[in-house]
Amino acid sequence: MRILIVEDDVEAANYLAKALREAGHVVDHAADGEAGYELAATAPYDVLVVDRMLPKRDGLSVISTLRGEGNHTPVLVLSALAQVDDRVTGLRAGGDDYLPKPYAFSELLARVEALGRRPRQQEVETRYTVGDLVLDRLGHTVSRGGRDIPLQPREFKLLEYLMQNAGQVVTRTMLLEHVWEYHFDPQTNVIDVHISRLRGKIDKDFDKPLLHTIRGAGYTIRDVSR
Amino acid sequence: MTSLGKLFRTTAFKLALIYLAALTLASGAVIVYLSQNTASLLHEQVVETVDAEISGLAERYRTGGIRGLVATIDARARQPGASLYLVTDFAGNVLAGNVEGFGERVFAGESGELQRVSYAPFGGGAKREAFVRVFQLSGGFRLLVGRDLREHQFFRDLLSEAMRFWLFVIAALGLVTWVFVSRRVLKRIDAMSATGQRIMQGDLSERLPVDGSGDEFDRLAVSLNAMLERIEALMQGLKEVSDNIAHDLKTPLTRMRNRLEEAMRQGGEGAPSDDALSRTIEDCDGLIRTFDALLRIARIEAGSSDAALVDLDAGALVAEVAELYAPVVEDVGGSLTVEAASGLALHGNRELLVQAVINLIENALKYGTPQGADPLKVTLAVTRSGDGVRLSVRDHGPGIGAADRARAVQRFVRLEASRNLPGSGLGLSLVNAVARLHGGQLVLEDAAPGLRAVLELPLGKAKARKQGNEGGLGDGG
Repeated sequence: MRILIVEDDVEAANYLAKALREAGHVVDHAADGEAGYELAATAPYDVLVVDRMLPKRDGLSVISTLRGEGNHTPVLVLSALAQVDDRVTGLRAGGDDYLPKPYAFSELLARVEALGRRPRQQEVETRYTVGDLVLDRLGHTVSRGGRDIPLQPREFKLLEYLMQNAGQVVTRTMLLEHVWEYHFDPQTNVIDVHISRLRGKIDKDFDKPLLHTIRGAGYTIRDVSR
Repeated sequence: MTSLGKLFRTTAFKLALIYLAALTLASGAVIVYLSQNTASLLHEQVVETVDAEISGLAERYRTGGIRGLVATIDARARQPGASLYLVTDFAGNVLAGNVEGFGERVFAGESGELQRVSYAPFGGGAKREAFVRVFQLSGGFRLLVGRDLREHQFFRDLLSEAMRFWLFVIAALGLVTWVFVSRRVLKRIDAMSATGQRIMQGDLSERLPVDGSGDEFDRLAVSLNAMLERIEALMQGLKEVSDNIAHDLKTPLTRMRNRLEEAMRQGGEGAPSDDALSRTIEDCDGLIRTFDALLRIARIEAGSSDAALVDLDAGALVAEVAELYAPVVEDVGGSLTVEAASGLALHGNRELLVQAVINLIENALKYGTPQGADPLKVTLAVTRSGDGVRLSVRDHGPGIGAADRARAVQRFVRLEASRNLPGSGLGLSLVNAVARLHGGQLVLEDAAPGLRAVLELPLGKAKARKQGNEGGLGDGG
């Protein structure tokens, strides 16, 4: 993936660029709002990572200008302002996701990859398949190896989000945001408990586990044999 | 409160009542004084008239004898507005006069004494009151002269009627003044307090209306506005300072965390152990969380004007949180139940309210386990009380002593019992700040056994719509 980082803190930007390159991405860096806008407007990127507070030009104004010009590259907004209202203003300006500083790199990577892989086309898949696990979004049914698995509505939503991002790491915060629509760090292991219940339904009676824990990052659903 | 109830509670109403009472008392005193003076004046007049007549008639008797007296009395008795006359001989036979006999009782009195008697007018009619004086003439004749008291009676009636009319006028005037003044004052005060409410809900740019009349309300509004100006400037300053602190302190924290993560990824010769690194990262995260919570409380207490307030269904909100947390409670062998009244609307920020309820549940998880072998029991309830909604989280744990309850809500306060448990001491302060942002409060009650933490919030005006992602807080993921 080709990623542009717009961040004025050089050390943080260098670290981020290095870590993203290690994860196999191509990374450019701009140190202020003007330079960031120039690059984003001229070169094709898969994802922009934009800090809110930037010299010369505010991060949000860069995003809304790009959106106004018809540029719909997904944007992850970084900010030291971890408040509810700031998230809302960040998303209203055209950001696609919002991450408060300081962040865990694993969290940022998971979000950047989820943004970059978002289907651009309008059509949305109606069936997700991972190995022999099938989720039918229209019929709201889940089956594995031809056997129906009854799920609670929230469990269905949880599995749906995991399968939508199959093969990718999904963090606990991402799950809380997308499945429950809550935006904060839960102090307890609340997500782990729900995952373990889901695991009990889709993995327990089968030989090959599909739902994996990625230590220090989150969860992923994938068929390891492939 | 109804508008009538409001009218009764005004200062104008109390003032009107006091003035009414004072005026009534004063005019009552005047009337009593007047009527007493007039009565004694009239009385003197009667005495004088009667005495004058008696001496005149006695004179007539001396010069004209009984015959002359009878003739004079007959003549006088026929005049309109005449006094009362009666002449009897020694045997009590009436010789002349315009009234019926009074009987011996009246005549037995000492000569010259003024008596109040009732009599029947000559020719019949209702009994009347009169003042009479009996005068002994020589030869056994007795002369009675008196004045009818009808005039007195008439005057007294007139006065009491005037009094009643006057009272009515005062009451009517008082009522009109009260309604007029209090309506006018209430209108201004209501406008002011409505603005005050909006300001307290976070819109610090709002100002009190000034109509330019320069009256006392205008002067009050002007100085309050000056105060608000200053508060707004201070709040703005506070917000900027917190934003800057957040940015300035979190940037080095981010670097620190980044380096730790990098060190953990690379490892290698002489590197610190993964365990040490991940524990340091955990500490780092704890620091960040405390910091975030502090900033968040400060922001909420500053009354963020653009915090998205939407109509919510209280029951649905609590049920959603319960659904998220029920498995967590069950995992430690406990149970979480919801007792929610349906259809209770709240006007609030979903995110913050959810955070508040979650903080309360997490507290119940940490501190609410009953002593002994009983499992953890957490009850979420949504009830209506008057104009408010109570969102409560109850556990069956040891609770908080009455003395500690107020302290428990303060920042960084950790009660003795919880010192050795993880936490920042900010959980309840955040809940309290959220409650206050919504115009409510956090109340800790003794549920005997256990603690009941109650968010008392004002009932939303609008009917709750279907609750969901209406806060505009969801993202496009």
